[in-house]
Amino acid sequence: MVSARITVNGKETPIAPDAPHTTVLDFLRERGLTGTKEGCAEGECGACSVLVARPGVNKPTDWVAVNACLVPAAALDGQEVVTAEGLATPGADGTPATLHPVQEEMAVRGGSQCGYCTPGFICSMASEYYRPDRCSHDASEAGEADAEHGPNGFDLHSLSGNLCRCTGYRPIRDAAYAVGEPAEDDPLAQRREQAAPEPVATSYTQGDSTFLRPATLEEAVQILRDRPEAVLVAGSTDYGVEVNIRSRRDTCVVAIDRLPELRELRVESEYLEIGAAVTLTEIERRLDGTVPLLAELFPQFASRLIRNSATLGGNLGTGSPIGDSPPVLLALDASLVLASADGERVVPLADYFTGYRQSVRRPDELIRAVRIPTPLSQVTAFHKIAKRRFDDISSVAVAFAVDIEGGIVRKARIGLGGIAATPIRSLATEAALEGKPWTQETVDAAARVLRGEGTPMSDHRASSLYRSAMLGTSLKKLYAQTTEAVSS
Amino acid sequence: MSHLSERPEKPVVGVSMPHESAYQHVTGTALYTDDLVYRTKDVLHAYPVQVMKAHGRITALRTEPALAVPGVVRVLTGADVPGENDAGMKHDEPLFPDEVMFHGHAVAWVLGETLEAARLGAAAVEVELEEKPAIVTVGEAIAAESFHGARPHMETGDVDAGFADSAHIFTGEFTFAGQEHFYLETHAALAMVDEGGQLFIQSSTQHPSETQEIVSHVLGVPAHEITVQCLRMGGGFGGKEMQPHGFAAIAALGAKLTGRPVRFRLNRTQDLTMSGKRHGFHASWKIGFDAEGRIQALDATLTADGGWSLDLSEPVLARALCHIDNTYWIPNARVNGRIAKTNTVSNTAFRGFGGPQGMLVIEDILGRVAPQLGLDPIELRERNFYQPGQGQTTPYGQLVTQADRISAVWEQVKENGNLADRKREIAAFNAAHPHTKRAIALTGIKFGISFNLTAFNQGGALVLIYKDGSVLINHGGTEMGQGLHTKMMQVAATTLGIPLHKVRLAPTRTDKVPNTSATAASAGADLNGGAIKNACEQLRERLHQVAGTQLGGNASDVRIVEGVARVLGSDKELAWDDLVRTAYFQRVQLSASGFYRTEGLHWDAQAFRGTPFKYFSNGAAATEVEVDGFTGAYKIRRVDIVHDVGDSLSPMIDIGQVEGGFVQGAGWLTLEDLRWDTSDGPHRGRLQTQAASTYKLPSFSEMPEEFNVTLMENATEEGAVYGSKAVGEPPLMLAFSVREALRQAAAAFGPAGTSVELASPATPEAVFWAVESVREASAEGAEGSAVGSTALSNA
Repeated sequence: MVSARITVNGKETPIAPDAPHTTVLDFLRERGLTGTKEGCAEGECGACSVLVARPGVNKPTDWVAVNACLVPAAALDGQEVVTAEGLATPGADGTPATLHPVQEEMAVRGGSQCGYCTPGFICSMASEYYRPDRCSHDASEAGEADAEHGPNGFDLHSLSGNLCRCTGYRPIRDAAYAVGEPAEDDPLAQRREQAAPEPVATSYTQGDSTFLRPATLEEAVQILRDRPEAVLVAGSTDYGVEVNIRSRRDTCVVAIDRLPELRELRVESEYLEIGAAVTLTEIERRLDGTVPLLAELFPQFASRLIRNSATLGGNLGTGSPIGDSPPVLLALDASLVLASADGERVVPLADYFTGYRQSVRRPDELIRAVRIPTPLSQVTAFHKIAKRRFDDISSVAVAFAVDIEGGIVRKARIGLGGIAATPIRSLATEAALEGKPWTQETVDAAARVLRGEGTPMSDHRASSLYRSAMLGTSLKKLYAQTTEAVSS
Repeated sequence: MSHLSERPEKPVVGVSMPHESAYQHVTGTALYTDDLVYRTKDVLHAYPVQVMKAHGRITALRTEPALAVPGVVRVLTGADVPGENDAGMKHDEPLFPDEVMFHGHAVAWVLGETLEAARLGAAAVEVELEEKPAIVTVGEAIAAESFHGARPHMETGDVDAGFADSAHIFTGEFTFAGQEHFYLETHAALAMVDEGGQLFIQSSTQHPSETQEIVSHVLGVPAHEITVQCLRMGGGFGGKEMQPHGFAAIAALGAKLTGRPVRFRLNRTQDLTMSGKRHGFHASWKIGFDAEGRIQALDATLTADGGWSLDLSEPVLARALCHIDNTYWIPNARVNGRIAKTNTVSNTAFRGFGGPQGMLVIEDILGRVAPQLGLDPIELRERNFYQPGQGQTTPYGQLVTQADRISAVWEQVKENGNLADRKREIAAFNAAHPHTKRAIALTGIKFGISFNLTAFNQGGALVLIYKDGSVLINHGGTEMGQGLHTKMMQVAATTLGIPLHKVRLAPTRTDKVPNTSATAASAGADLNGGAIKNACEQLRERLHQVAGTQLGGNASDVRIVEGVARVLGSDKELAWDDLVRTAYFQRVQLSASGFYRTEGLHWDAQAFRGTPFKYFSNGAAATEVEVDGFTGAYKIRRVDIVHDVGDSLSPMIDIGQVEGGFVQGAGWLTLEDLRWDTSDGPHRGRLQTQAASTYKLPSFSEMPEEFNVTLMENATEEGAVYGSKAVGEPPLMLAFSVREALRQAAAAFGPAGTSVELASPATPEAVFWAVESVREASAEGAEGSAVGSTALSNA
């Protein structure tokens, strides 16, 4: 058996004898690296954030922060991980370690109180510190500093997946906005110039449980055909919650997040194709705003820590009715490319969902890519209704893509989440808009139709009345946004 | 200036510095209780057997199936308890219950070689239940008259006469939610037995002495056989004042029975479903004002949701009653309190300890009625402030000293926040934006410092000077992130006159300082600081004697400053290390235990009168919010705070407490939403928001965009160590300004003078419905009318 191992803070560390479902968090803690903490075990608090070397967007390697509580250790076979302990430079014998610049700023500015969330904040902050396209000059002069970006280009969204119960965040923000550029001889900065570790084909078995990482799509679909019990995992941001919170245990987990066939982002003449295993952060940075509706979605989609691992394939594959990408992709008229050992087929997303967490995807199929037809509609918006602006699950999500020519609505696509057993398109509202003048009167009439869509339920996130009300007001808000200055 | 408050030359207190563990925090090397597991051999893991029904009598408990699970070592049940089967101080909290009292109640614990084995073992335990009706909400408890514990009654003046003299009388009801502590570190303990059979327990506890006491009575052994240590906590907020004891007792019992170290750590779901929270309350009230808007009389009944056992509900309720006046003089008041007994977790201490709940009632009333009195809410509040120099007392009979500070911080916030100009800007903004409204609200606080129960107001310390000049301090307080240890090191360095690096602080242990009080009631620095100062003064006096002889002067003329001893008027110096070494060779005792008791307190719980508080802490906050009329979503645009911490012991730490408390309070009042299944379905009584994904804490998106915190200057407090004041709890209540700003922003969607009722927490949905009710009232043309579900009567 090839032994699986992870390079942790520069030291090769075997994963055995841990069970294949063991998370990176437990793997680290069991080896004495207890700086990485468990706060929630579902990727919500970020106390377990660690850095992983991944193929970069602007440099060969990015230091990407991920939730160690969600990722199986076996998924990082052959990869490099750095923890808060590894960021400080050890002193010579008998002398104290030298703090990393983000550690120094956090310490001296009062960024830690109880300290339990701090190592996770440190790793998330370090990831942003090393982001190559972080504006390292004075962003306030360039007009790029705002409520969520510091004068050093630091994007506060990079900390959206980290919770602190003590400080109220102000000193953490001050620390984040005070970090400068990495020094020339900073080993992690230098590491970005070398290629990231390649994915390693993994077959890691303990007892009756196996973690597999096939090298190619062909191998992956063959496993799906041969082993009906196999479970597909990409970023593990949903699966990890199942393992931790609902004690899910599987005999065969198949990792597809590094399959090259699922990692492409291609612009064709009639569509844009996004590989199902490209992470949301990668999509966000590589598209760089060219699909405005996606650009509006991403900052509202979970947290940076989750987006660093999560994929469109995963968000569609779980079939959740409250995923945030389906309403947007429905509004974009997207299709899915499903692959199996028999070949590929293309399914419109509007026909994909069949019931609560059910879809037309066969057990032997996986989602290879998402296709978004071009040209894009001019007027788009994503309205997410949630209790908290950063990192919350929507109670209602509404995505709009509308073409207005000469004051007349030529085309309208409206995707809805959170109001039925599946994400749906509001065909009736689309019909109430198309061919009509884009006026308050049209919008009010269509909003009444939209308000009646679906079968919203009352739960701990929102009442059914509120969900319905939000459907109606979302269209009115879109209208107001297109006709007057309204803060989003 | 008092001896207690006077600062010597070049004090180390008052210097801004990072948390004493900051370097360990940021490098991940600071150890918490559960981190020790990986440094301990042969640890067994304890896992609870939770019953997922809200109420029922256990008719069968079969543990054999668990023992068949590989890796399961033992199942702990009530039959294993050698002492008393109780985890509380009120003897109403069986550690292993015969009756399931809330959804998720643990009835047995499984010990396994691995956590996975223990979990599978717990799942295999079979429990049969004879279900009973469950009371889930405080409203149901009131209807069923399900109460427990004391029924305090607070009365002052002549209430009936006060109402007779009132020009305006309003009545109302208000039910508001509790709050989950959500310390990032969940409950944890690690227990070991030594060669003599004695127990050493590492526990994440705010109250090691009481953890020791409970373990002692569960095991049926004297306290001297139990040592409890708390390295540090990953947050406490009151949630680890009473709740850790039973869990620690489980670990201790397991260790005692197996001879092996036993660890337990609740996962987040277990912690949320098993541990107590801030009490939600129901309030019914009647209030009278004179024609100018001055409160004439208040008649109120507060009902706290105590949950299934009493826990700390009685003192929490007492503090709620003691804070219903907040900063306002209420000449005639009658306030009754009672504790609902419900089939939910046992609600407990949480930062503010009932104070926030009492104050929320009066702030809500003033926010609701201001439009009906035709007064700006700021004006209404000012007219009712306690006035200095008039001998005004609280409804429980304590003289309100420093009443001038109530308006001092208030006026400074107005100035710092440039309120007059900004109110004009907001009016202009609102006139120009039909779908978005802004508002600014100003609220203040007066919070009593000391434990209501006088006996708890004592602290102890043990200070050791080693012959190389290094100093080790021990005290009874615990560190949960509030910076207590940092302040205590500063106090020790100040009293001894040495640089801070000479002082190290040892983890809190019951075998160093006995019979300590909980680190709670914001009193940690007052009590333990007083004790450390006392111990250091004893040592300093001894060293002054030595130095006087060495330097050729009188001991009373010796000053030790920055580690050098001198005699007044002389240039001769004696370095600290030399002084200590000399003292050792002269056989001078270099250790001392210190003690402090807060003077001047008395409290009659029956009569509900006395002077329970040493002093009051004051502060004021102005908050500006912006509300989206389409969704009810909002953001906090700017917060200005002026807070009174006396003369700060450690300014950076105090500002951190103010900011953190404010945001935590804003979370309670706006975002954090405890939802219980109140249906008659199979999951009745289940906590629906039992994870970080459903119970949302403030994140970066809730941080005020502009956040200005100023500590009141020249604020020496005569009655506390080095002139400082407590800081832990009071700032939480500054967040009332967020709630009142949201109320006013909702009102701005209607005509001027609209009264708005706002649910608590004021989630976006709640704000949306408040906005909708304003719009509806506006559409009906009912100018100035009350809106919402409960009508106000205007007599």
